Amino acid sequence: VCIHRVRSCSSIRFIKSKYVCVFDKSALKFSHQQRLFRTSPVSCGQIVQFKLSDIGEGITEVTVKEWYIKEGDSVSQFDSICEVQSDKASVTITSRYDGVIRKLHYSIDDIALVGKPLVDIEIDASKGVASEDVVETPPMSHEEHTHQEIKGHKTLATPAVRRLAMENNIKLSEVVGTGKDNRILKEDILNYLAKQTGAILPPSPKAEIVPPLRETEAVPAAPKDKARRIPAPVPRPIAFSGKDRTEPVTGFQKAMVKTMSAALKIPHFGYSDEVDLTQLVQLREELKSLAEIRGVKLSFMPFFIKAASLGLLQYPILNASLDENCQNVTYKASHNIGVAMDTEQGLIVPNVKNVQVCSVFDIAVELNRLQSLGSAGQLGTSDLTGGTFTLSNIGTIGGTYAKAVILPPEVAIGALGKIQVLPRFNGKGEVFKAQIMNVSWSADHRIIDGATMARFSNLWKSYLENPASMLLDLK
Amino acid sequence: MVLQSFKNCLWLSCVLRTPKACFWSTAGGGLIMQSVSNDVYQNLAVEDWIHDHMDLEKQQILFLWRNSPAVVIGRHQNPWQECNLRLLRQKNIKLARRRSGGGTVYHDLGNINLTFFTTRKKYERMGNLKLVVKALKALRPHLDVHVTDRYDILLNRQYKISGTAAKLGRTSAYHHCTLLCNADKFVLSSVLKSPYKGLKSNATPSVPASVKNLFEEDASLTSEMLLDAIAKEYALQHQIDHHITLINPADETLLPGISNKTKELQTWEWVYGKTPKFSISECFNMACKDSVLDVKVNMDVKHGRIEVCNIDLPEQWLPPGLYSELVKSLTGSKFCPNEISTLVTKLLRVCPQDDELHSRWSLLCENMIRLM
Repeated sequence: VCIHRVRSCSSIRFIKSKYVCVFDKSALKFSHQQRLFRTSPVSCGQIVQFKLSDIGEGITEVTVKEWYIKEGDSVSQFDSICEVQSDKASVTITSRYDGVIRKLHYSIDDIALVGKPLVDIEIDASKGVASEDVVETPPMSHEEHTHQEIKGHKTLATPAVRRLAMENNIKLSEVVGTGKDNRILKEDILNYLAKQTGAILPPSPKAEIVPPLRETEAVPAAPKDKARRIPAPVPRPIAFSGKDRTEPVTGFQKAMVKTMSAALKIPHFGYSDEVDLTQLVQLREELKSLAEIRGVKLSFMPFFIKAASLGLLQYPILNASLDENCQNVTYKASHNIGVAMDTEQGLIVPNVKNVQVCSVFDIAVELNRLQSLGSAGQLGTSDLTGGTFTLSNIGTIGGTYAKAVILPPEVAIGALGKIQVLPRFNGKGEVFKAQIMNVSWSADHRIIDGATMARFSNLWKSYLENPASMLLDLK
Repeated sequence: MVLQSFKNCLWLSCVLRTPKACFWSTAGGGLIMQSVSNDVYQNLAVEDWIHDHMDLEKQQILFLWRNSPAVVIGRHQNPWQECNLRLLRQKNIKLARRRSGGGTVYHDLGNINLTFFTTRKKYERMGNLKLVVKALKALRPHLDVHVTDRYDILLNRQYKISGTAAKLGRTSAYHHCTLLCNADKFVLSSVLKSPYKGLKSNATPSVPASVKNLFEEDASLTSEMLLDAIAKEYALQHQIDHHITLINPADETLLPGISNKTKELQTWEWVYGKTPKFSISECFNMACKDSVLDVKVNMDVKHGRIEVCNIDLPEQWLPPGLYSELVKSLTGSKFCPNEISTLVTKLLRVCPQDDELHSRWSLLCENMIRLM
């Protein structure tokens, strides 16, 4: 057995020796980590049994709690292999080798013994086998990408270069630095990548003098021009190592798929309009502080919801439900108006029950309750079921017009855009600042016609444009 | 005088703002740090950060921290088995999973946490706990406190005042422990009780113990005094200045990458998804019209998601199509009341609009959700 210690220097020299079997440039790069090599006579991967090393405190056995890899996975040195537990201590076992996992000796919850094999790893032959006395490098986990010892010095590389290496899953230890003090330059990363991917890279921006073409002496001095020629820049290939990711559709999304597929069966028609909220904005400003004294946050929604309920009293078909066979229409007595909410998981639609008998303040209180439960993820089933009509205030996020999808078994939905300050003409033909919001209604054309929707919308709009008129019809 | 205090201010800001290299190499073999935050996730993230990024060869670190009310479970534990999740949600108590092993503990501001960071080779829990006992005795010589061989600290040979856990990495390790000064014992005992009767799991179980606050033994003690006493003893043993460096876990410049660590600790996948596979078998009664039904539910949960679900209902109580729809939707979903609520209510939209059916469905689903 022959041990080689290969010195690293700024220019790479191949060491010729009859003991060298499979030594190529990559193995020499490997040598930068101050390790002792043992040449391996085997030409294909050698299986090494990676034993569970000493945990400390005299512990002889541990329980395997989680595997981070499975048989067939490739691992690099320092990658996490598994998590074991012993007497209140959780230990992360990391790989000592680069290679492919061939066998796991334990299953989850098995007792593993210190000193006995944990996994079998097939070592990549060209890299040789690191012996037991590997020089321990200072603690770094994912930072391995960014720091590595080279002969006692940290790898020199600018943050931009390090980032490029990390994005492409390259270990800086494996790249030969051609800059000052073995500094790794961007070109070095790109060269390394080129070898991996076979891409053609343009030469570095620093003008490289192209060696003159071999020509006979007889040719005149023209080749000198060719020598000076710098190749035209080629667009750099953007090295991207992202991968597609497939996940099963579960839970929330599954439910959405079901609901929306059912909604598709409803023939939708849309109707949009703009509403001048100038007076409402002023009213809310006045009432906001009063509500705060009562401990309630007052937004515009309670007004929109109450106005909708007043409208539904005149056009009850919009608060109805069509049965599956389209045989019967049920006019719902309660106005349970749903409010679309955006949460971390996605769209939820809790509803305010019996708006027809609630005051604007009552609605505000209820909305506060639903909103805090919604953001805490604690909405109950009763809050989420029984809705008869829905409003979606997409304007809080942005947008003007939208095409909302009706939530079965309802027959109508309204999407509210954001309130914008826009110039409008008043009765005298003067331009004034108006607070304008767009509304887009969608309705089930099987039982609702355009005229009904338009009239409902006009009524709703009139209540909001002239809030005092709501007083006349409040029950 | 003014010049002197100005110099001190300058030194402090220097320590906190100098580039990493200077900051971490204070003179001597140790460094004492205290978190200014009471957020359990931020503080756990600091532990992770120090474990991953700091070189502990030249100096060991003592990290002092306290949390606002939170239940902290061990790396391989089952939160459903260890605590009352409904109660936690109601009382707004946070749930965190730490990276070290061991059992479940309740934290509030009356509890102090100590983390001892060393290299893997220097990992030694007994020594750390003896340091704590020595500090306590130096502060109050009459206190009867000692370390057991289970790495607990007992008061009066009877009551547990400290529990221990540890994490070992490739080259560094940490040992952390709690210390009950003035925690709310009532909340502690009520939240650390699991309501499940039929839960089967291979997760690490906690060993319940009678606890007592040091404050009950000596009403003159406060958390601040204890922190200070322990820091003093640590400084003595490591021959360093008795100086506590304050760190802010939200400072991304000082601790680059810390906000990602904090975020990861709060994800559902980490807190709940890392639960080892378990099964539940529970019963509940449903009062329906004039009869009472006994329903039995069996579920297998893996990675926090329902793998297998079986609801024992009388035939035709729900239309068979709907029943299979329910089971199909539950399978693969998170074992989480919020997710299941949304799921079942959305499903209700696409079934026949029958009041009787709806009320049965709601009744069943509410009971199912209560199991989570």
